[in-house]
Amino acid sequence: MALILNPSVAPDLSAFLKRTEGGPARLDLLVKGARCAACMSKIEKTVGELPDVAAARLNLTEGRLTVRFASSQGDAGRVIATLEGLGYPATPYDPAQAVEAHDKESRRLILALAVAGFGAGNAMMFSVPVWAGLFGQELGPATRTMMLWLSAIVATPCAIYAGLPFFESAWRSLKAGRANMDVPISIGVILTLFISFVETFLHGRDAYFDAAVSLLFLLLIGRWLDHRLRARARSAAADLLALQAPAASVLGADGVERIKPLSDVAVGERVLVRPGERIPVDGFVEDGVSELDNALLTGETAPLPVRPGDTCRAGAVNLSGPLRLLALARSEDSAVAAIARLVEAGAQTKSLYVRLADRAAAIYVPVIHSLAALTFLGGLALGLGPREALLRAAALLIITCPCALGLAVPAVQITASSRLFRKGVLVKSGAALERLAEVDHVVFDKTGVLTEGRPRLIDAPAAAIAMAAPLARASAHPLARALAAEAGPGARAVDVVETAGQGVEGVIQGRRARLGRAAFVGLEGRAGSETELWFAFDGDTKIRFTFSDQLRPDAAETIAALRRQGLTVEILSGDLSGPVARAASTLGIGDWRAGLTPEQKAAAIDNLAAQGRKVLMVGDGLNDTAALARAHAAMAPGTALDASQNAADLVFSGAGLSAVPDAIHVARAARRRALENFGFSALYNVAAAPMAMLGLVNPLVAALAMSGSSLIVTLNALRMHGEGRR
Amino acid sequence: MGIILILAPISVLIGLSGLAAFWWTLRNGQYEDPAGDAARILIEDSDDLIS
Repeated sequence: MALILNPSVAPDLSAFLKRTEGGPARLDLLVKGARCAACMSKIEKTVGELPDVAAARLNLTEGRLTVRFASSQGDAGRVIATLEGLGYPATPYDPAQAVEAHDKESRRLILALAVAGFGAGNAMMFSVPVWAGLFGQELGPATRTMMLWLSAIVATPCAIYAGLPFFESAWRSLKAGRANMDVPISIGVILTLFISFVETFLHGRDAYFDAAVSLLFLLLIGRWLDHRLRARARSAAADLLALQAPAASVLGADGVERIKPLSDVAVGERVLVRPGERIPVDGFVEDGVSELDNALLTGETAPLPVRPGDTCRAGAVNLSGPLRLLALARSEDSAVAAIARLVEAGAQTKSLYVRLADRAAAIYVPVIHSLAALTFLGGLALGLGPREALLRAAALLIITCPCALGLAVPAVQITASSRLFRKGVLVKSGAALERLAEVDHVVFDKTGVLTEGRPRLIDAPAAAIAMAAPLARASAHPLARALAAEAGPGARAVDVVETAGQGVEGVIQGRRARLGRAAFVGLEGRAGSETELWFAFDGDTKIRFTFSDQLRPDAAETIAALRRQGLTVEILSGDLSGPVARAASTLGIGDWRAGLTPEQKAAAIDNLAAQGRKVLMVGDGLNDTAALARAHAAMAPGTALDASQNAADLVFSGAGLSAVPDAIHVARAARRRALENFGFSALYNVAAAPMAMLGLVNPLVAALAMSGSSLIVTLNALRMHGEGRR
Repeated sequence: MGIILILAPISVLIGLSGLAAFWWTLRNGQYEDPAGDAARILIEDSDDLIS
C-alpha cells in the first residue's frame, strides 16, 4: 500500500530556535535569491510584521536572515512559509561555534594591523628628522635622541601588541621542536627593539623602531589576507552544508511531524522521506514503496526499488513515493561514517604536505641565522667592538626579514582564488592551490562529473514523445520528468493515479493510457530495465523510451584542454562497465576502470601516488570521498554530496567542467608568481646581506629596502589579476 | 624647539583618535555586511540593529 502524507499539517521546526536564558528566541536562516535593496526591504518588512516577531534583519552579503521573536516561543515554520511565499527559499542553519571563533581571530588580526599601521606612521614621523640628520642637516645629537625616545614611546607598545600573533605562533612551533616563519620574524623584531633601545640610551643614531613596526604592518597584511581566504572558503562550505542536509522529518508518537536537526535523530525514531529528498539516516522501510537513487553512494545509475522490509542507506535519494523509515543508526553511525573514517585518514596524509612558504623557510631560517651569528662573531674577531658587531647582525636580520615569504605568497593566493571565485570555483586554502599546481594526472569519476548525473531521453520519434508527454508531465518520477522536459510545456493528462515503483495512469483526450515499467503497461515476462519507460494507450501498441545519463556538453573539450596542459586522464567509476566504457570511448579515454568500491578507488589513488604521480581527483559521490581525501588535490562539483565537498580542496559550481582546466591554469600561474617572488627575494637578500654585514646599512636604507622589496613582490602578485583571463 | 614638545604629542593624539575610531567601527559590526549597507541607504524606513 502507498503511504499518504498529509501536506496540510506544517512540520514543527522549533528545534532550530535558539533561546537565551529566559530571553526571547532567535532564528537564523539562510535565504536564497535576495540580491537588492528591494528584496531586503520586502523580506525585513514582511517577516517583521508577523505577529510574534520582534525584529528581522537580513545580511545581504552572506544571505543570512536573523529573526528575533518577541517571546521565548516562536513559530519558525511560519517565518519560512512567509519567505517562501515571497519567493525566497529559506533553510534554518546553526552558526557553528568554530565560525564565531574564527571571526574573533579575524577581528584580532585586523586590529593588530590597524595598531601596526598607526605605530608605523607615527614612528616614521619621528624618524624622518633623524634620517634628514644623516645627510648633515642641522640636527643636534640632543634633538636626535629626543626624536628617538618619542619614536620608542610610540613604536614599542604597538610592536608588542601587533607582534603577538607572531610571537605566539613562534612559541608554539618552538615548543613543538620546529621552526616556522614566525621564529625569525619574532627574533628579528625583538632583537631590533632591544638594539634600538640600547642605541637610544647611548645617544647613537642606529635605532630601528620604525622598521620593526612597519615590518609587522607588512607581514600582518599577508597574514590577514591568508586568513580571509580561509574564512571565506569555510563560510561558503558551511552554507552548502546547511543547505544540503538540513534536517529530517521525524514522526512523533503523537502523530505530529517535527523537523529535527540531523544529529538529533535517535535510533528507533520514525522518519518520513518525501520523493526528491535524501535519506537522512540508515533505516528500515516500514511503509511505502519507492525507488532509490544510489548514484552518490555507489556511482550506480540504475534506481533501486525498495518496499517495506528493505533497508536503505543514508545519502540515497528517494525517487518516486513517500517512505516511512525506522531509524537504525544515528547520523554519525550511518553508512556515511565508515567513509568518513577513510576521509579522515586521507586528510592526515594531506596535512603532511609542506607549504611553499614553509619549505622556503626551512632553507631560509638556518642560513640567515647563521649569517647573523657569523657577522657578530666575525665583527668581534675583526675588533669592531660588541656594540658595532651586534648592530651589524641586527641590521642583517632586519634587512633580510622575510616580507616576501610572509606577504607575497598570501597576496598571490588571494588574487588567484578571487579570480577563481568569480568563475564559480571555491578554493578552500592556499595550500590547495599549491597542490593543484603540481598535479600531473587527473582521475575522473563518471556519474555526475563527466555526465550530468540525471537521465536524458535518447533518440525517440517526436510523435511518440508528444503522445506520452501529457502523462509524463503529471508524474514526479525522474524518467517521466526527463521525458516531459524533452517534450516541453503542454497539456496534462487528467484522472492521474501514480503507483509508486510501477508507473502512472491517466486519461489523455478521452483515452486511458499508462506510462511506466514494462509490466505496468501489460508486457508480461519482459525483464524490465531500469533505464526505460513504456507507454501505451489502453489496448494499443506499446512504445518504448530509453534513457541514459548523458555526458556533460563540455566534457570532451575539457579532456582535450587537460591533455594540452600535459596531463594524463583516467576514469575510475563505481558504475557498471557498459556505461563507463561508452563514456570513455566517446571521450577518447583509454584508461578506465568500472565497478569499483570506495576502498578500491582510494587504493587506486594510493597506487598512483606510490608510483610518484601527483593525482587530481574529480568526484562527487560518497563513494569518491575517500579517494578525494587521499588524492594530492581534489575537486568536487557544487552538486556533490556535502561529505565530498568537505573532502575536496576546490568546489566548482555551474554546469561546466571547464572549471577543472581553468583552475589548474590559475594554480600554475599562481605558483609561477610565488616562485618569481621567492627568486626576487633571494636576489635581494644576496645583495642586501653583504651590505649589512659590511656595516653599510643605516636605518634609512633598511626602511627603504624592506618596504621597497615588499612593494615589488606585492605588485608582482597583483599581476595574477590579468592571468587566466585569456 | 619647545613647540615640538607640544606638537608631537598632539599629532600622536590625533593618530590615536583615528585608531580608536577604527576600533569602534570594528566593534560596531560595520564591516559585516557591506553589500547590505550599500543597499540599506536606499530604504527609507528606520534601521534597527540586531546583534
